Amino acid sequence: MTFLTPRTRRGFLAEGLGSLGLVALGALACDSARPQVGFLGLMERVNERLERALFDPRRLAPELPREDETDPALFPQYRIGPDFPEEPVGWALSVGGLVARPLTLSLEALRGMPSTRLRVRHHCVEGWSAVAAWEGVRLSEIARLAGADRRARYVEFRSFEPGYYSSWDLESALHPQTVLAYGMNGAPLMTEYGAPLRLYSAIKLGYKMVKYLSAVNFLPVRTGGYWENQGYEWFAGV
Amino acid sequence: MARPAQPLTIRVTHWANAVLLVIMAGSGLQILVAFPYLGPRGQPFGFYPLQGATPPPALTLGEWLAGARHWHFAFAWLFAANALVYAVYLVASGEWRRRLFSPRRDARNAWQTVLFDLRLAKVPPASVGLYNGMQRLTYTLVLLVAPLSVLSGLALYKPVQLPRLTALLGGYDVARAIHLLVLAVLALFVVVHVLMALLHPRTLVDMTTGGHERPGAAA
Repeated sequence: MTFLTPRTRRGFLAEGLGSLGLVALGALACDSARPQVGFLGLMERVNERLERALFDPRRLAPELPREDETDPALFPQYRIGPDFPEEPVGWALSVGGLVARPLTLSLEALRGMPSTRLRVRHHCVEGWSAVAAWEGVRLSEIARLAGADRRARYVEFRSFEPGYYSSWDLESALHPQTVLAYGMNGAPLMTEYGAPLRLYSAIKLGYKMVKYLSAVNFLPVRTGGYWENQGYEWFAGV
Repeated sequence: MARPAQPLTIRVTHWANAVLLVIMAGSGLQILVAFPYLGPRGQPFGFYPLQGATPPPALTLGEWLAGARHWHFAFAWLFAANALVYAVYLVASGEWRRRLFSPRRDARNAWQTVLFDLRLAKVPPASVGLYNGMQRLTYTLVLLVAPLSVLSGLALYKPVQLPRLTALLGGYDVARAIHLLVLAVLALFVVVHVLMALLHPRTLVDMTTGGHERPGAAA
């Protein structure tokens, strides 16, 4: 390689080593096993700001026609434990935290409240999408009934499946397409999909939608969640 | 003083892009591992030949889905910003004139290069200035396709908040197919590009130190 003079060779090596050093430094600050610390964690917080800025609480996900519904047998069923949890005897949803009127709502009470139906695309963190129709009560309706305090900036959803919960930003929780669902595809919600009551929303990834709900708490702080504490993004809006 | 073959901004953005593209491709393939199919649930796209084929671990970055998603979204903005710096420089500096494909200057030259590579011509056409016609054609096509990776990525990231972009690309699942197709095109380019650079090591030095424009070359 006669065209390589000593001078260019030195420059080539110096720049090459410099670039490699920068890359090594950057990579050191990234830990795949702990994605919520270091540079990856910093960028999750930057991205959350962008996501919140982009989120429009009045923008609705498109309602889809019935033909778009995924074959119900092919709509994935997920659970965090080895078995689908059984509904506790005398189940009721408790609504608490920073509220003027803590509530205990039976399924009959929830069915008696103004209902909302939505047929929207479901976006899973894994990359697939599917469509189902959901029926339930808007969370904004629950917040109004309970008299949620202004200081509550977050909403925590707890499950009777041990260890299963998630917390949300208030704006996403009060979105008109965020519901506590008791019906799916025109039938009562099945155990495989979170019966008797689950969270459903058009504006979050699937893992934010807690199944087998037992409690809704309006809180001044965010409390993480089952998937979030393992490393999945907390905001997870779509 | 002669203009360097590769000005500083081109060199820096080129090597930054090389690193960022590897990070984006590796973490993207690790994300694909979680659901290695194209098309919505129950309606797989018939044109995709690799349904269910998991990307090989050697090509992935991030170890698991949440790790890979954090890598992908941490470096996506840097990837796009670096590309933007390159694009603005390309236009503002006038460098596009000697780099982008111009049919009048390059079409015949590109065709002759193909004939030579296929052993149908004995003599390769001379480079016109910095590159030959086939190089300009390839680089220009890559620059046209690459922005689609950012646009389709944004549609996947925010399909509800960016409804027009998502609809323009044909919906969430089509955008996901486009996202992977662009990766395939860029990967094919990189393989050929690296091979050609290794066959012509002087280009590698130019892209690192700047180098000089070839004597007698008309820019």
